[in-house]
Amino acid sequence: MNLSELEIGEKGIISKIELEGMMKRRILDLGFIKGTKVECVLKSPLKDLKAYLIRGSVFALRKEEAEKIEIRVNHYA
Amino acid sequence: MHKYKIALAGNPNVGKSTVFNALTGLHQHTGNWPGKTVENAVGSFFYHDNEYTIYDLPGTYSLLSHSEEEEIARNFLCFEKPELVIVVCDATSLERNLSFVLQVKEIHSNVLVCVNLLDEAKKKKIEINLSKLSELLNTPVVGISARKKEGFDELLNTIESLCLTPNEEYFELSYGKEIEYAVSIIENEWNQYYDKYKRSHYFCLQLLDDTELKHTIYEKYPIPNIEKAVQKAKGYLFLKKIDWKEIIAEQFIKNSEMISKEVITYKKGNIFEKEKKLDQILTSKKYGFPIMILLLILIFWITIEFANIPSNLLFSFFQILGEYLSKSLSFLPRWLHELLFSGIYKTLTWVVSVMLPPMAIFFPLFTLLEDFGYLPRIAFNLDYYFQKCKACGKQALTMCMGFGCNAVGVTGARIIDSKRERLMAIITNVFVPCNGRFPTIVALITMFFVGFSNDFFSSIYSTFLLCIVILLGVFLTFFISFILSKTVLKGIPSSFTLELPHYRSPQYKKVLIRSILDRTLFVLGRAVVVAIPAGLIIWLFANFKIGNNSLLIHVSNFIDPFGKLIGLDGIILLSFLLGFPANEIVFPIMIMAYMQTGSIAEFSDLSMLKELLIKNGWTSITAVCTILFCLVHFPCSTTLLTIKKETGSFKWTMLSFLIPTLCGVLLCFITSSFLRLFS
Repeated sequence: MNLSELEIGEKGIISKIELEGMMKRRILDLGFIKGTKVECVLKSPLKDLKAYLIRGSVFALRKEEAEKIEIRVNHYA
Repeated sequence: MHKYKIALAGNPNVGKSTVFNALTGLHQHTGNWPGKTVENAVGSFFYHDNEYTIYDLPGTYSLLSHSEEEEIARNFLCFEKPELVIVVCDATSLERNLSFVLQVKEIHSNVLVCVNLLDEAKKKKIEINLSKLSELLNTPVVGISARKKEGFDELLNTIESLCLTPNEEYFELSYGKEIEYAVSIIENEWNQYYDKYKRSHYFCLQLLDDTELKHTIYEKYPIPNIEKAVQKAKGYLFLKKIDWKEIIAEQFIKNSEMISKEVITYKKGNIFEKEKKLDQILTSKKYGFPIMILLLILIFWITIEFANIPSNLLFSFFQILGEYLSKSLSFLPRWLHELLFSGIYKTLTWVVSVMLPPMAIFFPLFTLLEDFGYLPRIAFNLDYYFQKCKACGKQALTMCMGFGCNAVGVTGARIIDSKRERLMAIITNVFVPCNGRFPTIVALITMFFVGFSNDFFSSIYSTFLLCIVILLGVFLTFFISFILSKTVLKGIPSSFTLELPHYRSPQYKKVLIRSILDRTLFVLGRAVVVAIPAGLIIWLFANFKIGNNSLLIHVSNFIDPFGKLIGLDGIILLSFLLGFPANEIVFPIMIMAYMQTGSIAEFSDLSMLKELLIKNGWTSITAVCTILFCLVHFPCSTTLLTIKKETGSFKWTMLSFLIPTLCGVLLCFITSSFLRLFS
């Protein structure tokens, strides 16, 4: 499952980042690294953009990028 | 007396500018969204006889990536050798900020961590153990609430003591056996040429990591075989199947996570839940857009409803003052007297009475929204449209800045990483009416389409019309961005990340006082600098006769046919041309010019102004076209200079001039031809 599939209120743990180059660096810098808890908190009124709560901050990512971040969903958490 | 050099660093939107202002007494504009400090400010202050110069570095999330802003910050820290680095952190998202602190602490030992927004954190029920933080980071930590000016005594004392006796300890991160071995391969080469400089380990790590810093390092520390050593180190890690770039970036995050766990306590009922709910309403499918438009309408309505009263008061005041001054200066020669009063005084007071009140109302209101943190939500809502135009969602933020001043909007486009998308934002910024054009549009709408009765419905009606004008500007922004992306700025939309910062309670009093004062002074200053010479030129134009007619008539007659063709007239066009230095003066120049040629000499309010315009052949079609041309024409000289500076290219500056001008001419031509069919 990837990050873009999370709906508002759903949580997951990042398992793999398949982005490349500069975008990967930027995403890592913001704290999106393996093992991090993320929660989808917002969905744009139009398509394609969702915002995620990660390490106490909220960042919006377009679908294209979020699709390249693999997550695990822990149903017990 | 000693002089100390201090760097002020931090993530975007953590209140760096507020700290900078509080320390140096300068007034940078601050707001609640990432990337606000666009020009790097420098300021200094004295404390106990020593002079401290503060360099405000661009706000960045990291020192590892490749953006221009990060390079500026990193190069400053590495090579300018500041005595002290103050890293400002946001207490409400401390964990993210800490990884930046660790990156700085790896470069520079003498770091002062300044945890800002403690008041907001307290409201959000977040507790931070500052002494524990200081212990774990191996560096002094001071907690402040910059906006309330709390904690500055301690901050100043700590700055002083760290400058006098610097902290020599770095924060050493461990990247693991393999990476350290790889770094040592490079370090061996380094040590043959340079003394074991205490930061050589860091520089070698940067060479391995391939950051932009490597070019500067190669330049400043030339070593013949260093690139070979770097290749060897990389090869070693490659064989071991180690993704060193990911590991290096992760180390900072992991360490800050560990530290955060020990120092941050989220108490029960923290406000994040409430914030989430508010955000979900503000960006929901059902309410997101309606709320955005309602807020826009509300701000415009307040501006229109309340601008008339001070405007009329100012008119009467200046009239009385003018009569008094004119009498007491009646000993002057007639031509000089005329020039001073009909020329300069009138233009100047016009700018102030018509332009100032709407600015003084609109600007603070907009700043409150900005302070609260609403603007990034607008960018979030609108991103889809920008994406469809192959542009960046952050362009919405630069458009918002454009409402204040297009030159600021152009500089603000630096928050957009991709060059292609940044150019789109720069070229289209002028479609947002700035503070200098906004009052002209409001005045014309009031005069020609709503009337002067001060009832509730007429102000609602004006607001409605104004919104249509603004939305037209927004539509043009999308349209031209789209056209650009299909022609000269082809490309795919780059990836982007947008932070939605935590809401902050706006500082009503400060925003009101500052933006009214700053705006008032700014407009008055510009009026003096630009309106006086413009008034002078107009007066000379009007009084310098060639044959039977004045030069003004000659020039305006010459361009009149073209003006008429697009629904304007010669004087209007001439005013836009003469108003090139500043949009505030376009309308006053127009009035001045009409007065020189026409009949009415004195005004006390807008209704008499309308009479003057009508006597000079204005119809509602002229008004519509003037409004349109005011919205869509070439940027003012300041904005163009800024565009030249930002793009460094004559071509893009020319395009930024030509595109809106052509759009405006076409738009006015089509509209006037169409409207004439029906009248």
